[in-house]
Amino acid sequence: MLLLALDTATPAVTVALHDGTDVVASSGQVDARRHGELLLPAVDRVLAAAGVKLDAVTGIVVGTGPGPYTGLRVGLMTADTFGLALGVPVHGVCTLDGLAYAADIEKGPFVVATDARRKEVYWATYADSRTRLTGPAVDRPADIAERVAGLPAVGAGALLYPDTFPQAHEPEHVSAAALASLAAEKLAKGEELAEPRPLYLRRPDAQVPKNYKVVTPK
Amino acid sequence: MADSRDEPLVLGIETSCDETGVGIVRGTTLLADAVASSVDEHARFGGVVPEVASRAHLEAMVPTIDRALKEAGITARDLDGIAVTAGPGLAGALLVGVSAAKAYAYALGKPLYGVNHLASHICVDQLEHGPLPEPTMALLVSGGHSSLLLSSDITSDVRPMGATIDDAAGEAFDKIARVLNLGFPGGPVIDRYAREGDPTAIAFPRGLTGPRDPAYDFSFSGLKTAVARWIEAKRAAGEEVPVRDVAASFQEAVVDVLTRKAVRACKDEGVDHLMIGGGVAANSRLRALAQERCEAAGIRLRVPRPKLCTDNGAMVAALGAEMVARNRAASDWDLSADSSLPVTDPHVPGNGHSHDHDHVHEVSKENLYS
Ligand SMILES: [Zn+2]
Repeated sequence: MLLLALDTATPAVTVALHDGTDVVASSGQVDARRHGELLLPAVDRVLAAAGVKLDAVTGIVVGTGPGPYTGLRVGLMTADTFGLALGVPVHGVCTLDGLAYAADIEKGPFVVATDARRKEVYWATYADSRTRLTGPAVDRPADIAERVAGLPAVGAGALLYPDTFPQAHEPEHVSAAALASLAAEKLAKGEELAEPRPLYLRRPDAQVPKNYKVVTPK
Repeated sequence: MADSRDEPLVLGIETSCDETGVGIVRGTTLLADAVASSVDEHARFGGVVPEVASRAHLEAMVPTIDRALKEAGITARDLDGIAVTAGPGLAGALLVGVSAAKAYAYALGKPLYGVNHLASHICVDQLEHGPLPEPTMALLVSGGHSSLLLSSDITSDVRPMGATIDDAAGEAFDKIARVLNLGFPGGPVIDRYAREGDPTAIAFPRGLTGPRDPAYDFSFSGLKTAVARWIEAKRAAGEEVPVRDVAASFQEAVVDVLTRKAVRACKDEGVDHLMIGGGVAANSRLRALAQERCEAAGIRLRVPRPKLCTDNGAMVAALGAEMVARNRAASDWDLSADSSLPVTDPHVPGNGHSHDHDHVHEVSKENLYS
Protein backbone atom coordinates (compact mmCIF):
# COMPACT_ATOMS: atom_id res chain seq x y z
CA MET A 1 0.00 0.00 0.00
CA LEU A 2 1.25 3.47 -0.86
CA LEU A 3 -1.28 6.23 -0.19
CA LEU A 4 -0.95 9.84 -1.23
CA ALA A 5 -3.13 12.01 1.00
CA LEU A 6 -3.99 15.66 0.54
CA ASP A 7 -6.29 18.18 2.14
CA THR A 8 -7.12 21.78 1.18
CA ALA A 9 -10.39 22.19 3.07
CA THR A 10 -8.93 24.59 5.65
CA PRO A 11 -6.20 27.27 5.47
CA ALA A 12 -3.70 24.38 5.59
CA VAL A 13 -2.40 22.92 2.34
CA THR A 14 -1.18 19.54 3.44
CA VAL A 15 0.22 16.45 1.70
CA ALA A 16 1.49 13.12 3.01
CA LEU A 17 2.67 9.76 1.74
CA HIS A 18 1.85 6.63 3.75
CA ASP A 19 3.20 3.15 3.01
CA GLY A 20 0.56 1.25 4.98
CA THR A 21 2.68 1.18 8.10
CA ASP A 22 4.14 4.63 8.47
CA VAL A 23 3.94 8.16 7.19
CA VAL A 24 6.92 8.31 4.83
CA ALA A 25 6.93 12.06 4.20
CA SER A 26 4.61 14.98 4.71
CA SER A 27 4.20 18.70 4.22
CA GLY A 28 1.94 21.34 5.70
CA GLN A 29 1.69 25.01 4.77
CA VAL A 30 -0.82 27.51 6.07
CA ASP A 31 -1.99 30.06 3.52
CA ALA A 32 -5.73 30.45 3.04
CA ARG A 33 -5.49 32.14 -0.32
CA ARG A 34 -2.98 30.12 -2.31
CA HIS A 35 -4.19 26.53 -2.23
CA GLY A 36 -4.07 26.34 -6.01
CA GLU A 37 -0.45 27.47 -6.21
CA LEU A 38 0.90 25.50 -3.26
CA LEU A 39 -0.63 22.06 -3.59
CA LEU A 40 1.17 20.55 -6.57
CA PRO A 41 4.67 21.76 -5.60
CA ALA A 42 3.97 20.26 -2.16
CA VAL A 43 3.04 16.92 -3.75
CA ASP A 44 6.25 17.09 -5.77
CA ARG A 45 8.36 17.79 -2.68
CA VAL A 46 6.75 15.02 -0.63
CA LEU A 47 7.31 12.47 -3.39
CA ALA A 48 10.90 13.66 -3.84
CA ALA A 49 11.54 13.41 -0.08
CA ALA A 50 10.30 9.83 -0.17
CA GLY A 51 12.22 9.07 -3.35
CA VAL A 52 9.19 7.75 -5.24
CA LYS A 53 7.34 8.73 -8.39
CA LEU A 54 3.63 9.43 -8.38
CA ASP A 55 2.86 6.32 -10.44
CA ALA A 56 4.03 4.12 -7.55
CA VAL A 57 1.02 5.30 -5.52
CA THR A 58 -1.75 2.71 -5.07
CA GLY A 59 -4.48 5.03 -3.83
CA ILE A 60 -5.34 8.68 -3.23
CA VAL A 61 -6.89 9.97 0.00
CA VAL A 62 -8.49 13.38 -0.01
CA GLY A 63 -10.09 15.54 2.66
CA THR A 64 -13.69 16.16 1.64
CA GLY A 65 -14.21 19.10 3.96
CA PRO A 66 -16.37 20.68 5.11
CA GLY A 67 -14.43 23.79 4.17
CA PRO A 68 -14.61 27.05 2.26
CA TYR A 69 -15.48 25.90 -1.24
CA THR A 70 -12.82 27.44 -3.44
CA GLY A 71 -9.93 25.91 -1.54
CA LEU A 72 -11.76 22.65 -0.88
CA ARG A 73 -12.21 22.04 -4.61
CA VAL A 74 -8.46 22.34 -5.30
CA GLY A 75 -7.74 19.18 -3.31
CA LEU A 76 -10.74 17.26 -4.62
CA MET A 77 -10.08 18.15 -8.26
CA THR A 78 -6.41 17.27 -7.89
CA ALA A 79 -7.25 13.94 -6.24
CA ASP A 80 -9.90 13.05 -8.86
CA THR A 81 -7.54 13.83 -11.71
CA PHE A 82 -4.67 11.86 -10.16
CA GLY A 83 -7.06 8.94 -9.84
CA LEU A 84 -8.06 9.25 -13.48
CA ALA A 85 -4.51 9.52 -14.78
CA LEU A 86 -3.09 6.74 -12.60
CA GLY A 87 -6.09 4.44 -12.62
CA VAL A 88 -6.06 4.13 -8.82
CA PRO A 89 -8.95 4.53 -6.35
CA VAL A 90 -9.66 7.91 -4.75
CA HIS A 91 -10.93 7.78 -1.16
CA GLY A 92 -12.65 10.58 0.69
CA VAL A 93 -12.17 11.30 4.40
CA CYS A 94 -14.06 13.99 6.27
CA THR A 95 -11.50 16.68 7.16
CA LEU A 96 -12.87 16.93 10.70
CA ASP A 97 -12.25 13.18 11.14
CA GLY A 98 -8.61 13.81 10.27
CA LEU A 99 -8.40 16.47 12.98
CA ALA A 100 -10.12 14.17 15.48
CA TYR A 101 -7.62 11.43 14.68
CA ALA A 102 -4.70 13.82 15.15
CA ALA A 103 -6.19 15.02 18.47
CA ASP A 104 -5.43 11.51 19.77
CA ILE A 105 -8.12 11.54 22.48
CA GLU A 106 -8.91 8.07 23.84
CA LYS A 107 -11.99 9.03 25.73
CA GLY A 108 -14.41 11.76 24.66
CA PRO A 109 -16.75 13.15 23.99
CA PHE A 110 -14.95 16.07 22.35
CA VAL A 111 -15.56 18.59 19.60
CA VAL A 112 -13.70 19.34 16.38
CA ALA A 113 -14.38 22.77 14.90
CA THR A 114 -12.87 24.55 11.91
CA ASP A 115 -13.39 28.11 10.68
CA ALA A 116 -16.35 28.33 8.30
CA ARG A 117 -15.92 32.13 7.94
CA ARG A 118 -18.97 34.43 8.12
CA LYS A 119 -18.75 34.02 11.92
CA GLU A 120 -19.63 30.33 11.71
CA VAL A 121 -17.81 27.05 12.40
CA TYR A 122 -17.88 23.65 10.79
CA TRP A 123 -18.11 21.19 13.66
CA ALA A 124 -18.65 17.59 14.71
CA THR A 125 -18.54 15.67 17.98
CA TYR A 126 -16.55 12.51 18.65
CA ALA A 127 -16.70 9.69 21.19
CA ASP A 128 -12.98 9.07 20.61
CA SER A 129 -10.43 9.86 17.91
CA ARG A 130 -11.94 7.33 15.50
CA THR A 131 -15.66 7.61 16.23
CA ARG A 132 -17.81 10.52 15.10
CA LEU A 133 -21.00 11.02 17.11
CA THR A 134 -22.69 13.95 15.35
CA GLY A 135 -22.10 16.21 12.35
CA PRO A 136 -20.51 17.60 10.39
CA ALA A 137 -22.65 20.72 10.54
CA VAL A 138 -22.19 24.46 10.11
CA ASP A 139 -23.44 26.85 12.82
CA ARG A 140 -22.79 30.08 14.67
CA PRO A 141 -20.71 29.31 17.79
CA ALA A 142 -23.23 31.02 20.10
CA ASP A 143 -26.03 28.80 18.74
CA ILE A 144 -24.23 25.58 19.69
CA ALA A 145 -22.69 26.78 22.97
CA GLU A 146 -25.11 24.73 25.06
CA ARG A 147 -24.52 21.55 23.10
CA VAL A 148 -20.71 21.77 23.38
CA ALA A 149 -20.57 23.12 26.94
CA GLY A 150 -17.93 21.42 29.04
CA LEU A 151 -16.40 19.50 26.14
CA PRO A 152 -12.77 19.71 25.11
CA ALA A 153 -12.39 21.02 21.57
CA VAL A 154 -9.70 21.09 18.88
CA GLY A 155 -9.25 22.94 15.60
CA ALA A 156 -8.92 26.54 14.44
CA GLY A 157 -12.69 27.06 14.72
CA ALA A 158 -12.57 26.20 18.42
CA LEU A 159 -9.47 28.33 19.08
CA LEU A 160 -11.16 31.25 17.33
CA TYR A 161 -14.21 31.33 19.62
CA PRO A 162 -13.03 30.88 23.25
CA ASP A 163 -16.43 31.97 24.60
CA THR A 164 -18.04 28.88 23.10
CA PHE A 165 -14.98 26.62 23.35
CA PRO A 166 -13.13 27.54 26.57
CA GLN A 167 -11.33 24.19 26.53
CA ALA A 168 -9.96 24.58 23.01
CA HIS A 169 -6.48 23.25 22.28
CA GLU A 170 -4.19 21.96 19.55
CA PRO A 171 -4.10 20.65 16.87
CA GLU A 172 -5.18 23.81 15.12
CA HIS A 173 -4.97 22.53 11.55
CA VAL A 174 -5.57 19.21 9.84
CA SER A 175 -2.55 17.28 8.59
CA ALA A 176 -2.59 14.95 5.62
CA ALA A 177 -0.40 12.65 7.72
CA ALA A 178 -3.31 12.10 10.11
CA LEU A 179 -5.71 11.72 7.20
CA ALA A 180 -3.44 9.13 5.57
CA SER A 181 -2.92 7.22 8.83
CA LEU A 182 -6.66 7.07 9.47
CA ALA A 183 -7.35 5.93 5.92
CA ALA A 184 -4.57 3.31 6.02
CA GLU A 185 -5.94 1.96 9.29
CA LYS A 186 -9.46 1.67 7.88
CA LEU A 187 -8.33 0.13 4.58
CA ALA A 188 -6.20 -2.43 6.45
CA LYS A 189 -9.34 -3.44 8.36
CA GLY A 190 -11.22 -3.79 5.10
CA GLU A 191 -13.47 -0.82 5.85
CA GLU A 192 -15.03 1.18 3.03
CA LEU A 193 -14.03 4.83 2.83
CA ALA A 194 -16.30 7.61 1.64
CA GLU A 195 -16.66 8.82 -1.94
CA PRO A 196 -14.41 11.79 -2.74
CA ARG A 197 -17.32 14.23 -2.82
CA PRO A 198 -17.25 17.74 -1.33
CA LEU A 199 -19.10 18.43 1.94
CA TYR A 200 -20.26 21.95 1.20
CA LEU A 201 -22.99 22.02 3.90
CA ARG A 202 -24.31 25.27 2.46
CA ARG A 203 -26.26 26.02 -0.68
CA PRO A 204 -24.40 28.16 -3.22
CA ASP A 205 -24.80 31.90 -2.74
CA ALA A 206 -27.03 32.71 -5.63
CA GLN A 207 -28.85 35.95 -5.55
CA VAL A 208 -31.86 35.54 -7.79
CA PRO A 209 -32.09 38.89 -9.54
CA LYS A 210 -35.24 40.74 -8.56
CA ASN A 211 -37.80 41.25 -11.27
CA TYR A 212 -36.48 43.44 -14.00
CA LYS A 213 -35.49 46.81 -12.58
CA VAL A 214 -37.13 49.83 -14.19
CA VAL A 215 -34.48 52.20 -15.52
CA THR A 216 -36.64 55.11 -16.61
CA PRO A 217 -36.12 57.92 -14.09
CA LYS A 218 -39.30 58.89 -12.33
CA MET B 1 8.13 16.44 -26.15
CA ALA B 2 7.20 16.79 -29.78
CA ASP B 3 9.72 17.99 -32.32
CA SER B 4 8.65 21.38 -33.67
CA ARG B 5 8.06 19.86 -37.15
CA ASP B 6 5.72 17.28 -35.70
CA GLU B 7 2.08 17.98 -35.18
CA PRO B 8 1.78 18.22 -31.38
CA LEU B 9 -1.04 16.30 -29.73
CA VAL B 10 -2.49 18.50 -26.99
CA LEU B 11 -5.42 18.28 -24.59
CA GLY B 12 -6.97 21.58 -23.51
CA ILE B 13 -9.14 22.35 -20.49
CA GLU B 14 -11.43 25.38 -20.25
CA THR B 15 -13.43 26.39 -17.14
CA SER B 16 -13.40 30.20 -17.18
CA CYS B 17 -17.18 30.53 -17.04
CA ASP B 18 -20.04 28.02 -17.12
CA GLU B 19 -18.79 25.53 -19.74
CA THR B 20 -16.52 22.63 -18.73
CA GLY B 21 -14.63 22.13 -21.98
CA VAL B 22 -12.06 19.48 -22.84
CA GLY B 23 -10.69 19.46 -26.37
CA ILE B 24 -7.97 17.50 -28.12
CA VAL B 25 -6.12 18.67 -31.22
CA ARG B 26 -3.22 17.47 -33.32
CA GLY B 27 -1.58 20.67 -34.56
CA THR B 28 -4.40 22.48 -36.32
CA THR B 29 -6.64 19.41 -36.61
CA LEU B 30 -9.58 19.04 -34.24
CA LEU B 31 -9.86 15.54 -32.78
CA ALA B 32 -12.33 16.04 -29.91
CA ASP B 33 -14.45 18.82 -28.45
CA ALA B 34 -16.29 17.64 -25.34
CA VAL B 35 -18.31 20.25 -23.45
CA ALA B 36 -20.52 19.96 -20.37
CA SER B 37 -22.51 23.08 -19.68
CA SER B 38 -24.18 24.23 -16.48
CA VAL B 39 -26.15 26.90 -18.38
CA ASP B 40 -29.52 25.38 -17.42
CA GLU B 41 -28.67 25.69 -13.73
CA HIS B 42 -28.07 29.43 -14.21
CA ALA B 43 -31.14 30.16 -16.33
CA ARG B 44 -33.45 30.89 -13.41
CA PHE B 45 -30.92 33.40 -12.04
CA GLY B 46 -30.73 35.30 -15.33
CA GLY B 47 -26.94 35.14 -15.34
CA VAL B 48 -24.01 32.90 -14.48
CA VAL B 49 -23.73 32.23 -10.73
CA PRO B 50 -20.01 31.69 -10.00
CA GLU B 51 -20.42 29.16 -7.18
CA VAL B 52 -22.93 27.10 -9.17
CA ALA B 53 -20.49 27.08 -12.12
CA SER B 54 -17.54 26.04 -9.94
CA ARG B 55 -19.45 23.15 -8.36
CA ALA B 56 -20.53 21.95 -11.78
CA HIS B 57 -16.94 22.07 -13.11
CA LEU B 58 -15.75 19.78 -10.31
CA GLU B 59 -18.50 17.27 -11.07
CA ALA B 60 -18.09 17.36 -14.83
CA MET B 61 -14.32 17.39 -15.24
CA VAL B 62 -13.33 13.71 -15.09
CA PRO B 63 -16.26 12.47 -17.23
CA THR B 64 -15.56 15.22 -19.79
CA ILE B 65 -11.86 14.33 -20.03
CA ASP B 66 -12.88 10.69 -20.50
CA ARG B 67 -15.34 11.61 -23.23
CA ALA B 68 -12.76 13.71 -25.09
CA LEU B 69 -10.17 10.90 -25.03
CA LYS B 70 -12.73 8.43 -26.42
CA GLU B 71 -13.89 10.88 -29.07
CA ALA B 72 -10.29 11.46 -30.19
CA GLY B 73 -9.47 7.76 -30.06
CA ILE B 74 -6.20 8.37 -28.24
CA THR B 75 -4.80 7.48 -24.83
CA ALA B 76 -3.52 10.09 -22.43
CA ARG B 77 0.02 8.68 -22.72
CA ASP B 78 0.15 9.82 -26.37
CA LEU B 79 -0.28 13.49 -25.46
CA ASP B 80 2.55 15.99 -25.96
CA GLY B 81 1.15 18.50 -23.50
CA ILE B 82 -1.78 19.72 -21.42
CA ALA B 83 -3.09 23.26 -21.87
CA VAL B 84 -5.49 25.08 -19.59
CA THR B 85 -7.16 28.46 -19.42
CA ALA B 86 -5.23 30.33 -16.71
CA GLY B 87 -7.39 33.46 -17.14
CA PRO B 88 -9.14 35.78 -17.51
CA GLY B 89 -12.46 34.51 -16.12
CA LEU B 90 -14.27 33.67 -12.89
CA ALA B 91 -11.57 33.03 -10.27
CA GLY B 92 -13.19 30.03 -8.58
CA ALA B 93 -14.18 28.43 -11.86
CA LEU B 94 -10.72 28.90 -13.39
CA LEU B 95 -9.14 27.30 -10.32
CA VAL B 96 -11.00 24.02 -10.86
CA GLY B 97 -9.67 23.71 -14.41
CA VAL B 98 -6.14 24.77 -13.44
CA SER B 99 -6.11 22.20 -10.59
CA ALA B 100 -7.26 19.45 -12.95
CA ALA B 101 -4.77 20.38 -15.67
CA LYS B 102 -1.83 20.54 -13.27
CA ALA B 103 -2.68 17.19 -11.68
CA TYR B 104 -3.19 15.57 -15.09
CA ALA B 105 0.04 16.94 -16.57
CA TYR B 106 2.00 16.03 -13.46
CA ALA B 107 0.61 12.49 -13.25
CA LEU B 108 1.25 11.86 -16.94
CA GLY B 109 4.67 13.52 -16.94
CA LYS B 110 3.67 16.01 -19.66
CA PRO B 111 4.42 19.74 -19.96
CA LEU B 112 1.73 22.14 -18.77
CA TYR B 113 0.71 25.33 -20.62
CA GLY B 114 -1.41 27.91 -18.81
CA VAL B 115 -2.89 29.98 -21.64
CA ASN B 116 -5.00 33.10 -22.12
CA HIS B 117 -8.71 32.64 -22.75
CA LEU B 118 -8.89 35.50 -25.26
CA ALA B 119 -5.90 34.34 -27.31
CA SER B 120 -7.52 30.88 -27.34
CA HIS B 121 -10.70 32.36 -28.85
CA ILE B 122 -8.55 33.68 -31.71
CA CYS B 123 -6.38 30.59 -32.14
CA VAL B 124 -9.36 28.23 -32.40
CA ASP B 125 -9.92 29.41 -35.96
CA GLN B 126 -6.82 27.46 -36.98
CA LEU B 127 -8.93 24.33 -36.49
CA GLU B 128 -11.46 25.65 -39.01
CA HIS B 129 -9.52 27.66 -41.57
CA GLY B 130 -5.89 26.59 -41.11
CA PRO B 131 -2.92 28.62 -39.80
CA LEU B 132 -3.73 32.19 -38.77
CA PRO B 133 -2.45 34.85 -41.12
CA GLU B 134 0.10 37.10 -39.42
CA PRO B 135 -1.00 39.68 -38.55
CA THR B 136 -4.69 38.98 -37.87
CA MET B 137 -7.24 41.41 -36.50
CA ALA B 138 -9.67 39.73 -34.12
CA LEU B 139 -13.03 40.87 -32.86
CA LEU B 140 -13.99 38.90 -29.73
CA VAL B 141 -17.54 39.30 -28.54
CA SER B 142 -19.27 37.29 -25.83
CA GLY B 143 -21.11 37.64 -22.55
CA GLY B 144 -17.81 38.29 -20.84
CA HIS B 145 -15.74 40.21 -23.37
CA SER B 146 -15.88 42.66 -26.27
CA SER B 147 -12.40 43.33 -27.60
CA LEU B 148 -10.61 44.23 -30.76
CA LEU B 149 -7.18 42.62 -30.80
CA LEU B 150 -4.28 42.64 -33.24
CA SER B 151 -1.93 39.67 -33.22
CA SER B 152 1.23 39.11 -35.23
CA ASP B 153 2.01 35.84 -33.40
CA ILE B 154 -0.72 34.28 -31.29
CA THR B 155 1.82 32.69 -28.91
CA SER B 156 3.70 35.89 -28.11
CA ASP B 157 2.13 39.07 -29.42
CA VAL B 158 -1.48 40.11 -28.84
CA ARG B 159 -2.11 43.86 -28.84
CA PRO B 160 -5.36 45.36 -27.54
CA MET B 161 -6.80 47.88 -30.01
CA GLY B 162 -10.07 48.51 -28.23
CA ALA B 163 -12.50 47.07 -25.72
CA THR B 164 -15.84 47.79 -24.15
CA ILE B 165 -15.80 50.58 -21.60
CA ASP B 166 -18.89 49.20 -19.81
CA ASP B 167 -20.98 46.11 -20.70
CA ALA B 168 -19.88 43.22 -22.89
CA ALA B 169 -21.94 42.85 -26.07
CA GLY B 170 -23.32 39.49 -24.92
CA GLU B 171 -24.37 41.02 -21.61
CA ALA B 172 -26.47 43.60 -23.49
CA PHE B 173 -28.20 40.75 -25.35
CA ASP B 174 -28.96 39.04 -22.02
CA LYS B 175 -30.31 42.21 -20.47
CA ILE B 176 -32.55 43.13 -23.39
CA ALA B 177 -33.85 39.56 -23.54
CA ARG B 178 -34.74 39.87 -19.87
CA VAL B 179 -36.57 43.17 -20.44
CA LEU B 180 -38.52 41.48 -23.24
CA ASN B 181 -39.16 38.43 -21.01
CA LEU B 182 -37.44 36.12 -23.48
CA GLY B 183 -35.29 34.20 -20.96
CA PHE B 184 -31.55 33.48 -20.60
CA PRO B 185 -29.20 33.35 -22.44
CA GLY B 186 -30.37 36.23 -24.61
CA GLY B 187 -28.16 35.91 -27.70
CA PRO B 188 -29.84 33.04 -29.58
CA VAL B 189 -33.40 34.11 -28.78
CA ILE B 190 -32.86 37.76 -29.81
CA ASP B 191 -31.26 36.50 -33.04
CA ARG B 192 -34.33 34.35 -33.72
CA TYR B 193 -36.89 37.10 -33.09
CA ALA B 194 -34.79 39.63 -35.02
CA ARG B 195 -35.00 37.55 -38.18
CA GLU B 196 -38.71 38.34 -38.39
CA GLY B 197 -38.34 42.00 -37.40
CA ASP B 198 -37.38 45.24 -39.14
CA PRO B 199 -33.87 46.38 -38.17
CA THR B 200 -34.67 49.95 -39.24
CA ALA B 201 -37.96 50.18 -37.32
CA ILE B 202 -36.44 52.01 -34.35
CA ALA B 203 -33.29 54.16 -34.47
CA PHE B 204 -31.39 53.08 -31.37
CA PRO B 205 -28.14 54.91 -30.53
CA ARG B 206 -24.71 53.71 -31.73
CA GLY B 207 -22.39 54.08 -28.73
CA LEU B 208 -18.97 55.77 -29.05
CA THR B 209 -19.32 56.53 -32.75
CA GLY B 210 -18.90 60.31 -32.55
CA PRO B 211 -15.93 61.99 -34.25
CA ARG B 212 -14.15 62.56 -30.92
CA ASP B 213 -14.90 59.15 -29.43
CA PRO B 214 -12.15 56.53 -29.18
CA ALA B 215 -12.06 54.84 -32.56
CA TYR B 216 -11.98 51.21 -31.44
CA ASP B 217 -13.62 51.16 -28.00
CA PHE B 218 -17.20 50.02 -27.48
CA SER B 219 -20.03 51.00 -25.16
CA PHE B 220 -23.31 49.13 -24.89
CA SER B 221 -24.62 50.53 -21.65
CA GLY B 222 -26.30 53.58 -23.24
CA LEU B 223 -27.90 51.42 -25.91
CA LYS B 224 -29.20 49.01 -23.30
CA THR B 225 -30.80 51.86 -21.34
CA ALA B 226 -32.28 53.41 -24.48
CA VAL B 227 -33.89 50.13 -25.51
CA ALA B 228 -35.27 49.53 -22.02
CA ARG B 229 -36.72 53.05 -21.88
CA TRP B 230 -38.30 52.68 -25.27
CA ILE B 231 -40.00 49.45 -24.18
CA GLU B 232 -41.14 50.94 -20.88
CA ALA B 233 -42.65 53.94 -22.67
CA LYS B 234 -44.65 51.60 -24.88
CA ARG B 235 -45.82 49.61 -21.89
CA ALA B 236 -46.67 52.77 -19.93
CA ALA B 237 -48.78 53.95 -22.85
CA GLY B 238 -50.63 50.63 -22.79
CA GLU B 239 -49.34 49.73 -26.24
CA GLU B 240 -48.11 46.35 -27.33
CA VAL B 241 -44.31 46.05 -27.59
CA PRO B 242 -43.28 45.00 -31.11
CA VAL B 243 -40.84 42.37 -29.84
CA ARG B 244 -39.49 41.38 -33.25
CA ASP B 245 -38.80 44.95 -34.36
CA VAL B 246 -37.20 45.81 -31.02
CA ALA B 247 -34.98 42.72 -31.21
CA ALA B 248 -33.99 43.47 -34.81
CA SER B 249 -33.33 47.17 -34.19
CA PHE B 250 -31.34 46.52 -31.01
CA GLN B 251 -29.30 43.77 -32.66
CA GLU B 252 -28.61 46.01 -35.65
CA ALA B 253 -27.29 48.75 -33.39
CA VAL B 254 -24.87 46.29 -31.75
CA VAL B 255 -23.56 44.62 -34.89
CA ASP B 256 -23.38 47.88 -36.82
CA VAL B 257 -20.93 49.33 -34.29
CA LEU B 258 -18.96 46.09 -33.91
CA THR B 259 -18.39 45.57 -37.62
CA ARG B 260 -17.84 49.23 -38.42
CA LYS B 261 -15.07 49.54 -35.82
CA ALA B 262 -13.48 46.19 -36.70
CA VAL B 263 -13.29 47.03 -40.41
CA ARG B 264 -11.94 50.48 -39.61
CA ALA B 265 -9.21 48.98 -37.41
CA CYS B 266 -8.21 46.63 -40.24
CA LYS B 267 -7.99 49.50 -42.72
CA ASP B 268 -6.06 51.78 -40.33
CA GLU B 269 -3.53 49.03 -39.53
CA GLY B 270 -3.32 47.70 -43.09
CA VAL B 271 -4.48 44.25 -41.97
CA ASP B 272 -6.36 42.23 -44.59
CA HIS B 273 -7.71 39.45 -42.32
CA LEU B 274 -10.42 39.77 -39.71
CA MET B 275 -11.48 36.91 -37.45
CA ILE B 276 -14.54 37.05 -35.25
CA GLY B 277 -14.86 34.82 -32.19
CA GLY B 278 -16.69 34.50 -28.89
CA GLY B 279 -20.29 33.48 -28.26
CA VAL B 280 -21.80 36.49 -30.02
CA ALA B 281 -19.96 35.46 -33.22
CA ALA B 282 -22.71 32.85 -33.55
CA ASN B 283 -25.14 35.73 -34.21
CA SER B 284 -26.39 35.40 -37.79
CA ARG B 285 -26.73 39.14 -38.42
CA LEU B 286 -23.19 39.82 -37.13
CA ARG B 287 -21.83 37.21 -39.53
CA ALA B 288 -23.83 38.57 -42.48
CA LEU B 289 -23.00 42.25 -41.93
CA ALA B 290 -19.34 41.50 -41.25
CA GLN B 291 -19.16 39.50 -44.48
CA GLU B 292 -20.76 42.33 -46.44
CA ARG B 293 -18.50 45.05 -45.03
CA CYS B 294 -15.32 42.98 -45.25
CA GLU B 295 -16.01 42.17 -48.90
CA ALA B 296 -16.56 45.85 -49.65
CA ALA B 297 -13.24 46.67 -47.97
CA GLY B 298 -11.23 43.82 -49.49
CA ILE B 299 -10.76 42.08 -46.16
CA ARG B 300 -10.85 38.28 -45.76
CA LEU B 301 -13.29 37.32 -42.99
CA ARG B 302 -12.74 34.20 -40.85
CA VAL B 303 -15.44 33.08 -38.44
CA PRO B 304 -15.29 29.60 -36.93
CA ARG B 305 -18.45 27.49 -36.73
CA PRO B 306 -20.69 28.49 -33.79
CA LYS B 307 -19.64 25.56 -31.56
CA LEU B 308 -16.00 26.72 -31.74
CA CYS B 309 -16.99 30.35 -31.08
CA THR B 310 -18.51 29.69 -27.67
CA ASP B 311 -16.21 28.65 -24.81
CA ASN B 312 -14.75 25.16 -25.36
CA GLY B 313 -11.65 23.11 -24.63
CA ALA B 314 -10.61 22.78 -28.27
CA MET B 315 -9.65 26.45 -28.42
CA VAL B 316 -7.36 25.99 -25.42
CA ALA B 317 -5.84 22.87 -26.99
CA ALA B 318 -5.35 24.78 -30.27
CA LEU B 319 -3.34 27.49 -28.52
CA GLY B 320 -1.48 24.89 -26.45
CA ALA B 321 -0.49 23.04 -29.62
CA GLU B 322 0.81 26.31 -31.07
CA MET B 323 2.84 26.87 -27.87
CA VAL B 324 4.40 23.41 -28.29
CA ALA B 325 5.01 23.90 -32.01
CA ARG B 326 6.79 27.22 -31.38
CA ASN B 327 8.79 25.88 -28.43
CA ARG B 328 7.31 28.29 -25.91
CA ALA B 329 8.26 27.70 -22.27
CA ALA B 330 5.92 25.47 -20.30
CA SER B 331 4.29 26.71 -17.09
CA ASP B 332 5.51 25.78 -13.61
CA TRP B 333 3.67 23.53 -11.13
CA ASP B 334 2.75 26.57 -9.06
CA LEU B 335 0.73 28.01 -11.95
CA SER B 336 -2.24 29.86 -10.51
CA ALA B 337 -5.55 30.96 -11.94
CA ASP B 338 -5.49 34.69 -12.73
CA SER B 339 -8.99 36.09 -13.10
CA SER B 340 -7.61 39.26 -14.67
CA LEU B 341 -4.77 37.84 -16.77
CA PRO B 342 -3.86 40.65 -19.21
CA VAL B 343 -4.76 40.04 -22.83
CA THR B 344 -1.14 40.84 -23.71
CA ASP B 345 0.00 37.58 -22.03
CA PRO B 346 -0.94 34.74 -24.41
CA HIS B 347 0.45 32.28 -21.89
CA VAL B 348 2.00 32.06 -18.43
CA PRO B 349 5.55 30.77 -18.94
CA GLY B 350 7.33 29.33 -15.93
CA ASN B 351 10.85 30.21 -14.93
CA GLY B 352 11.90 26.61 -14.93
CA HIS B 353 12.01 25.98 -11.20
CA SER B 354 9.46 26.14 -8.43
CA HIS B 355 10.14 28.92 -6.00
CA ASP B 356 9.90 29.05 -2.27
CA HIS B 357 7.85 31.73 -0.63
CA ASP B 358 9.33 33.14 2.53
CA HIS B 359 6.01 34.05 4.18
CA VAL B 360 4.90 30.44 4.04
CA HIS B 361 5.08 28.52 7.25
CA GLU B 362 6.28 25.04 6.42
CA VAL B 363 6.42 22.07 8.74
CA SER B 364 7.72 18.71 7.74
CA LYS B 365 7.11 15.89 10.14
CA GLU B 366 8.33 12.38 9.64
CA ASN B 367 6.62 9.36 11.15
CA LEU B 368 4.42 11.45 13.36
CA TYR B 369 1.42 9.14 13.19
CA SER B 370 3.13 5.80 12.96
ZN1 LIG C 1 -14.98 33.31 -23.89
